[in-house]
Amino acid sequence: MYEQTLEYGSIEYQTGDGRGEGGDTMARGLGWFSIALGAAELIAPGTLARALGIPEKEGLIRAYGVREIATGVAILKSEDPTPWVWGRVAGDVLDIATLMGALDADNPRKRNVEIALAAVAGATALDVMCGRKLSSEGGGPSLPLEYFERSGLPRSPEEMRGAARDFEVPRDMRTPEPLRPYTTG
Amino acid sequence: MKALVWHGKHDVRVDTVPDPVIEDPKDAIVKVTTAAICGSDLHLYDGFVLGMKSGDILGHEFMGEVVETGSAVKKLKKGDRVVVPFTIICGECEQCRRGNYSVCETTNRNKETADKVFGHTTAGLYGYTHLTGGYPGGQAQYVRVPYADVGPVKIENGFTDEQVLFLGDIFPTGWQAAVQCDIQPEDTVAIWGAGPVGQFCIRSAVLLGARQVISIDRVPERLAMARAGGAITIDIRKESVVERLNDLTRGKGPEKCIDAVGLEAHATGSVDAAYDRVKQATMMESDRPHVLREMIYVCRPAGTLSIPGVYGGLIDKVPFGALMQKGLTVRTGQTHVNRWTDDLLRRIEEKQIDPTFVITHRVGIDDGPQMYKTFRDKLDGCIKVTVRP
Repeated sequence: MYEQTLEYGSIEYQTGDGRGEGGDTMARGLGWFSIALGAAELIAPGTLARALGIPEKEGLIRAYGVREIATGVAILKSEDPTPWVWGRVAGDVLDIATLMGALDADNPRKRNVEIALAAVAGATALDVMCGRKLSSEGGGPSLPLEYFERSGLPRSPEEMRGAARDFEVPRDMRTPEPLRPYTTG
Repeated sequence: MKALVWHGKHDVRVDTVPDPVIEDPKDAIVKVTTAAICGSDLHLYDGFVLGMKSGDILGHEFMGEVVETGSAVKKLKKGDRVVVPFTIICGECEQCRRGNYSVCETTNRNKETADKVFGHTTAGLYGYTHLTGGYPGGQAQYVRVPYADVGPVKIENGFTDEQVLFLGDIFPTGWQAAVQCDIQPEDTVAIWGAGPVGQFCIRSAVLLGARQVISIDRVPERLAMARAGGAITIDIRKESVVERLNDLTRGKGPEKCIDAVGLEAHATGSVDAAYDRVKQATMMESDRPHVLREMIYVCRPAGTLSIPGVYGGLIDKVPFGALMQKGLTVRTGQTHVNRWTDDLLRRIEEKQIDPTFVITHRVGIDDGPQMYKTFRDKLDGCIKVTVRP
């Protein structure tokens, strides 16, 4: 039986560094951000392209929109978002490369490109931070052995199975007769 | 006296409040020796339960010593040790006579409001919403116990507080959830949520003889504790619940499904969970019914859904067509605690179960507000907190 060792008035119990909820929460935020940005790129690629002074790249921006949405959905849907967050980082590098190409002295919208670059750099920093957090959380912290020993039962669950079969289920809580398995009548 | 007092969402404080007094000849005053924070207290903490008022004293899991009795109290006397069930019952109304204590027709002192909101009143509860009477709770040094001859369970056999405290709520709640599944020896019982109630559901299902008990959660220490109790576990962060349940039941689905999660279901990356989050945040839906949807979908046709998890209001996009077509039986409700306490006390006495297994944190009342946060965020390996006022 589990031995009680803790005392009232203290919060001494520690399981290490938590279960990594922080990284997951951040990833979910980035997932939604990705979907929102992707939607904007899909809906108004022309406007964005003109604002950045690269009207010939409208098709590319639309493709980036598809990429953003796919990555966002993958982050939200997957059990482990880590690879998809790193996928976002790779996407950020593509975005930066595209924007650097537009950082041309004759681009009349150069100022907008600089602003966009700063924004992408900020997003990249967040993506890297999230990716590192998720990667370091890995398989989660090890659990103290005692959780695996807290059965509350005097013998193994297998031995205790059915120990309360003497209990008679009240009439109002019984499964209706026609729904009972044939084997037990 | 000191008490843990609700002041709003995520705002629980240790306040000094007036000591309770006898208000009715059937009352007793109990000096609380041990209380607990319940998962359903977290719904109050998170602001999801309507009808709370700033200044409400929290707590519906508590036990202690009788220090004063009203003139009409016959069975209890000063010095008696009692566990006080969270449901306040009169023992005389039509529902109490049928054993349906949680829907006692008498004890909700805000009956008219409850009638309007739910159609009919339910029992008064300690430390909960004013829809259930707004009775001051037991996370306090003293508490007024109405109908003192009816609800409180006298403890006479030298048990420690911790061995019997959970008779007031989570043990009977887990037990009733399993009992109302009417478990047969060939049954698979799938239990969503491995919090304290889920843990007692697991042990109850094992003791009642289920062939296979499956626990579904995402918190490693809770899953570890579930395994200790005899459950096969499904980690929703790593595997598909529906696929795994079908694998474990030859594609037929579990006969019995228990929702020990309730209105604040978390799901990992599911579309319906995201939908619920948005609807709840925009106040277009009060409860998040992901678990209900999953249970309806995966349960074996002609099976049973047992719902001890607390729901407060309105839910959306529940596949009622599947529920109807599959002919599922739904059983739910707050726990009829006194219907089970004698039997469960005997089982503790006979050492079929030691309810202390679930306690991970023991604190004094001054640490109460911090423990609400720790418990809510499932930090520090927290599964169950007892508070000594």
